[in-house]
Amino acid sequence: MDWSNFIKAIPSMGALGALFAGGLAYASVKFSVKEDPKKESINEALPGIDCGACGYPGCASYADAIVNEGAEIDLCQPGGQEVKEEIAEVMGLETGGSSVEKVAQLMCQGDREATVYQADYHGIASCNAINMEESIKSCPYGCLGFGDCIEVCPFDAIYMNDKGLPEIDLEACTACGKCVEECPRDIIEIVASTQEVTAKCKSILEGSKVSKVCENGCIACTLCEQNCPVDAITMENNLPVINDETCIDCGKCVEVCPTDSMVELPLESPEEEGDTEAEAEEESQGDEIVITEDCVGCGACETACPVDAIAKIEDDQYEIDQDKCVQCEKCISQCPVDAIEYQ
Amino acid sequence: MVDLGGLLLIFMTASITNNFILSQFLGICPFLGVSKEVPTAFSMGLATTFVMTTSAICVWFVNSFILVPFGLEYLKYVAFILVISSFVQLTEMIVRKVSPPIYKALGIFLPLITTNCAILGLALKIPINGYNFIESTIYGLGAGVGFTLAIVIMASMRERLAFADVPKPLKGAPITLLIAGLMSMAFMGFSGM
Repeated sequence: MDWSNFIKAIPSMGALGALFAGGLAYASVKFSVKEDPKKESINEALPGIDCGACGYPGCASYADAIVNEGAEIDLCQPGGQEVKEEIAEVMGLETGGSSVEKVAQLMCQGDREATVYQADYHGIASCNAINMEESIKSCPYGCLGFGDCIEVCPFDAIYMNDKGLPEIDLEACTACGKCVEECPRDIIEIVASTQEVTAKCKSILEGSKVSKVCENGCIACTLCEQNCPVDAITMENNLPVINDETCIDCGKCVEVCPTDSMVELPLESPEEEGDTEAEAEEESQGDEIVITEDCVGCGACETACPVDAIAKIEDDQYEIDQDKCVQCEKCISQCPVDAIEYQ
Repeated sequence: MVDLGGLLLIFMTASITNNFILSQFLGICPFLGVSKEVPTAFSMGLATTFVMTTSAICVWFVNSFILVPFGLEYLKYVAFILVISSFVQLTEMIVRKVSPPIYKALGIFLPLITTNCAILGLALKIPINGYNFIESTIYGLGAGVGFTLAIVIMASMRERLAFADVPKPLKGAPITLLIAGLMSMAFMGFSGM
């Protein structure tokens, strides 16, 4: 090996590098620009992840906007209350009480068990890619389950659970909203972490169609609307909408929901609690809805039933399949001759 | 002693006939990226001209006194990139100090002059063409002026274009590239000079 190359190359390149480095070092002092010290301390207080949740391109430009344009100091979602207080201290402002912590929530419970796969998919493993085609999952509104949200999450707060649905780690989530933007089906929402109940379904299909495609979907039975003690729930597009201001977080809607699509937040262990409560509820009630002999066979109840539990047995007599019935009482209100009642 | 005619020829060749953008297709990125408004385009052109001229001078020194005497021509990419990035850094500091609005308007494209292939192309052509010190300086200046010329023409056309009724599929980048192509054809006419 010819070492003479090294002997020439290393010192000459090294000297050249040192020369330019020295020149730049001198220039950086000579041409230094004095920045507003406030901007620097705000920039230090900010998380420095440049997520863009504040609406500015990065933490540095948000700091600049606070100092020079008087931007609001509570826009940093990942930083939360702590950062807000630090900025307030720098700017000499009051924080004005605590702001509500927010988290992202997946508004879908259509996991692998609850929904049906209609087709095999061997294309690009991405929700955004598959959403251009028809859905492979039975529900046209539900989670596609390829985890685009997981990829985009800068905090690794989302992971895929064993049932094929992304789950959000509420501790790690900073509500930066990247997953909300990424999700092609718009089923991830930023909610206040103090909000206690929500309907985790985005399907605007009618009840009978929902129950065909997903076991956990909202069938628009309106039980939650009927049972809400403060009338905070209204139905829009076959989905319950909860008025946060009037809602008292009593949890009644969660109890009565036949498909468990109404859930309590945060989801610590929804399945265990939800199931036992629902079962206890059923047992204590002990009643069954039946169609009496007054039935005239009009079929109004069959159309109204969101779970297809009602079928014709004779010409002018219908019967309710008790295994399917969720006791939503829709048939009772629909029956023109009051032939349906609890027994 | 100094061949003024030859220098003028080098200048005209670098700036018009062999315009770096329109004839050699180098430095397309800032050409498309910073050509939305004339003032910004002009200051981008000035910054690039500054870097090109100073780099050309420095590249000539590095080439003549370090690379050639030590037989290190194979290191020219490394050495030239070092020169260019240092001068881009210097330009950035100066622009930031002298004119914060221009610094803000140029944004990411200022540090990106480092990766502007027009400048490395210029640096690599100096040893190939065998220019002396003055010729190199004029060559760098000419290339910078040519760059400024092209980007300012482009920017003024795009300013007018903002009011034109461009068909929807051609809006934005497509129409810009079409214009660039037409400009390039126009500049091809100079090669007969």
